[in-house]
Amino acid sequence: MLKMFLDGARYLMLFFMGMYTYLNFRYFGVDEEEQADICGRQVRYMFVLHLLAYTVLLVHTQDGAVALFYGAQVVFFVCYIFLSRLFYRYVSRILLNNMCMLLCVGFIMLTRLDFEKAVRQFVIVVMAAAVTWIIPLIIDKVLLLERIPWIYGIAGVVLLAAVCLAGNTSFGAQLSLTIHGISLQPSEFVKILFVFFVATMFNRSVSRRQVALTTVMAALHVLILVLSRDLGSALIFFVTYLAMLYVATSDWKLCGVGLLSGCGAAVLAYRLFAHVRQRVFAWRNPWADIDDTGYQITQSLFAIGTGSWFLGLYEGMPKKIPVVEKDFIFAAVSEEMGALFALCLILICLGCFLQFVMIAGQMLVMFYKLIAFGLGVMYLVQVFLTVGGVTKFIPSTGVTLPLVSYGGSSLFSTFILFQVIQGLYIVIRQEEAADLAEMESHPAGEKSSRKDR
Amino acid sequence: MKKFREIIGKKKTKTEQPEQSNRGMMQLTYLAVFAFAALIFYEGWFLAVRREDVINNSYNARLDSFAERVVRGKILSSDGTVLAETLVDEEGNETRNYPYGSLFSGVVGYSTMGKTGLEDLAHFYLLTSHINLIEQAFRQLSGQKNPGDSVVTTLDLELQKAASDALGDRRGAVIAMEPDTGKVLVMVSKPGFDPNHLAQEWDSLTSPDNTSAQLLNRATQGLYPPGSIFKTVTALEYVRENPGTWQDFRFDCDGVYEDGEYSIRCYHGNAHGSQTLAEAYANSCNGAFASLGKTLDLGRLRATARELLFDQELPLSIAYSPSTYEMEPGADLWEILQTSIGQGRTQTTPMHAALITAAIANGGTLMNPYFIDHVENVGGDSIRKFMPVSGGNLMSAEEASFLAELMRQVVETGTGSALRTDAYTAAGKTGSAEFETGRETHAWFTGFAPAEDPKLAVTVLVEEGGSGGAAAAPIARNIFDIYFAR
Repeated sequence: MLKMFLDGARYLMLFFMGMYTYLNFRYFGVDEEEQADICGRQVRYMFVLHLLAYTVLLVHTQDGAVALFYGAQVVFFVCYIFLSRLFYRYVSRILLNNMCMLLCVGFIMLTRLDFEKAVRQFVIVVMAAAVTWIIPLIIDKVLLLERIPWIYGIAGVVLLAAVCLAGNTSFGAQLSLTIHGISLQPSEFVKILFVFFVATMFNRSVSRRQVALTTVMAALHVLILVLSRDLGSALIFFVTYLAMLYVATSDWKLCGVGLLSGCGAAVLAYRLFAHVRQRVFAWRNPWADIDDTGYQITQSLFAIGTGSWFLGLYEGMPKKIPVVEKDFIFAAVSEEMGALFALCLILICLGCFLQFVMIAGQMLVMFYKLIAFGLGVMYLVQVFLTVGGVTKFIPSTGVTLPLVSYGGSSLFSTFILFQVIQGLYIVIRQEEAADLAEMESHPAGEKSSRKDR
Repeated sequence: MKKFREIIGKKKTKTEQPEQSNRGMMQLTYLAVFAFAALIFYEGWFLAVRREDVINNSYNARLDSFAERVVRGKILSSDGTVLAETLVDEEGNETRNYPYGSLFSGVVGYSTMGKTGLEDLAHFYLLTSHINLIEQAFRQLSGQKNPGDSVVTTLDLELQKAASDALGDRRGAVIAMEPDTGKVLVMVSKPGFDPNHLAQEWDSLTSPDNTSAQLLNRATQGLYPPGSIFKTVTALEYVRENPGTWQDFRFDCDGVYEDGEYSIRCYHGNAHGSQTLAEAYANSCNGAFASLGKTLDLGRLRATARELLFDQELPLSIAYSPSTYEMEPGADLWEILQTSIGQGRTQTTPMHAALITAAIANGGTLMNPYFIDHVENVGGDSIRKFMPVSGGNLMSAEEASFLAELMRQVVETGTGSALRTDAYTAAGKTGSAEFETGRETHAWFTGFAPAEDPKLAVTVLVEEGGSGGAAAAPIARNIFDIYFAR
């Protein structure tokens, strides 16, 4: 009887995940009223999935604390969704849903892997949600934001350099700084500073001198990251910069040169650094060194392969994979919730990116457009690197899956990222509403031009 | 997606720049969607195509959890006789049963105290069930385990028995394989162990006082000096270095070859008289091979040995020991004389000798040895069929036919007389490898038949058996006789 329930729950979870993902794309094809309907359904599906998953977790752990934890999460999700909508009338509901869904999958998986870490993750999520609450409010009120490019740029470089010189080493890379017992990964925050830096620079001008100056700073960021052996972040910064450069200048030749020099630098890094070669070897033939350098990726492939299209929570062995709760969480999701569920997860991430691009497309001010698009690219490249690395599609670079992986810095910075874009979306919606109101008050008059921001 | 494009495209603005940048964003978005499509397609391909090969790995501890849902399947001989099966009693207790006891212990291995042999190689197939989905669902819901698939091996029960009987109580190994497919028909290792009582006997089997090494599959893991069967390598290298003149080689054998302070004796001090290369090979004249070994380029000899898979990985899917060839260019005279006749520090396994022999029989091309013919579900429907795979050429076709001719002479006029018969023409090489002063030599025979169209290659090693021609060759004869009488 119990087994029947567990089998049933597993397929139902997949069903609701599939429906949720479908609606994520259906959203693009319908009018505003239906969009609201879709978002409402998504929330309901999420809560059903959440309930099913935690019932399964409870059956397996027989631990009252899990039930309490579930309750706390429900309260958080309800409050976060409700208060966001109450406070910000024009919030993007689909982005809000997606954030919650990704967090929800992360909580489920972390509870399965390590209850203590799941609780810690939850505390950080609550804090991050509270702190980043204010961002949409200030995003278009603080005019200072677009005036201080060099503060972003220099702060970013200084932070990265500090990590490179004084950072703690984990898995061969210098990633974190420890201050008063709290470990921080500054590169997660520098990502956002970097997008702001590039956006402010290109917003002022795309003259040759300005582009050259920005490129030098961008190259400096990437170089420091490579020296810190944080290859994943280095790649994320590089791709994001190229994408922003292309959008700002529309100069494909310039970007082609940038891409080629990037490839050249990659070859050079491969020749110079043993840790780069090691990553590539472990990718090309992890079976040759299955005890050591190939261990993590082969365990990940075993997890995904053995889990196949659909397995169930507690039926695999995801803990065999080193750092599974961080960089390799996707393998754990794929193993225990099934590859179909994991593919839905990828599609939700892709859906977030498409929302970001849509918002960027609607922005009229280059500064905001570049920020929305740059943050979107940054997010998507990170998803691609982690999923591709875990499945051996590309060499593993050791980055987290935003909002799903365990880790405070990654969570905080992703919250900032989503909230900045929410802020931009709210700006558009407010303007549209203002336009509409103006048209209604002067029905005969010509449509007034938009305020130039 | 259409609506999406509209929204991005329709925003008219005062300056050209935003519109242009929106186009750029659109292009990059297509690129991103394409990259993710590739990623998703890749994961689908991985799961649909690559999955089974990847997860069937002894490092994948997850496979053991399959046993919670599946009753381990059977291992069958090529004619369908059960070699290993899992019996389930009324209370659901499972025991792995091996009806032939120690007969197949080396190759089939065991699955209770860790996993070896085919139990390890086929682990994944044995714990995967391919009964129909409705029955699977029904069994799952009623709490029953599904029956695992059966693995039908290439092993030939009758030949295995004959080889084991012929070897008797002596320690050693016998391998028989098809040179043109790589199918392994016989793999005997003695002394064996009874896998039915492995748990009870484990302590004594693994005790440091036990010198019999029953758990070692001597056919693939036993390293022995090759003795005279290494003359095949020396002869091949000599012909390669003296393409037009090797026919002129002559050696006058008086039973002992002396070079300075060193002397090399022929077996039992037999004086062979004047010998050509072919005669020296047929009579296994140590003096002749020691003298021609001195003329060889040691770097090239080592390269030839490596081409023949010394110091290399073997294309073998069960546990084995790689052969070693230690002689470097610049070696001293004694080492050269010794290595040329297969003594010295060179070591090889019966399996490796069988692979070289099979390649010679197959025109120089090595067919990778394999043990699993196909996997079938309990209903007997074939799930997966394994086909012969070429492992590349170890030598050219001319060289192979030259060596095959030398080996035929061994049987016709030389030390392989035990295989002389009217029923078929055999070819082979004997060896009597010294390994410790004062102990009897290890007896080798490796060969194939029929010489004109090889169907079966057989390699025999008898530990401390004495001469290869007297102790090992008759065992091969037994196998060939039965095989060709069919």
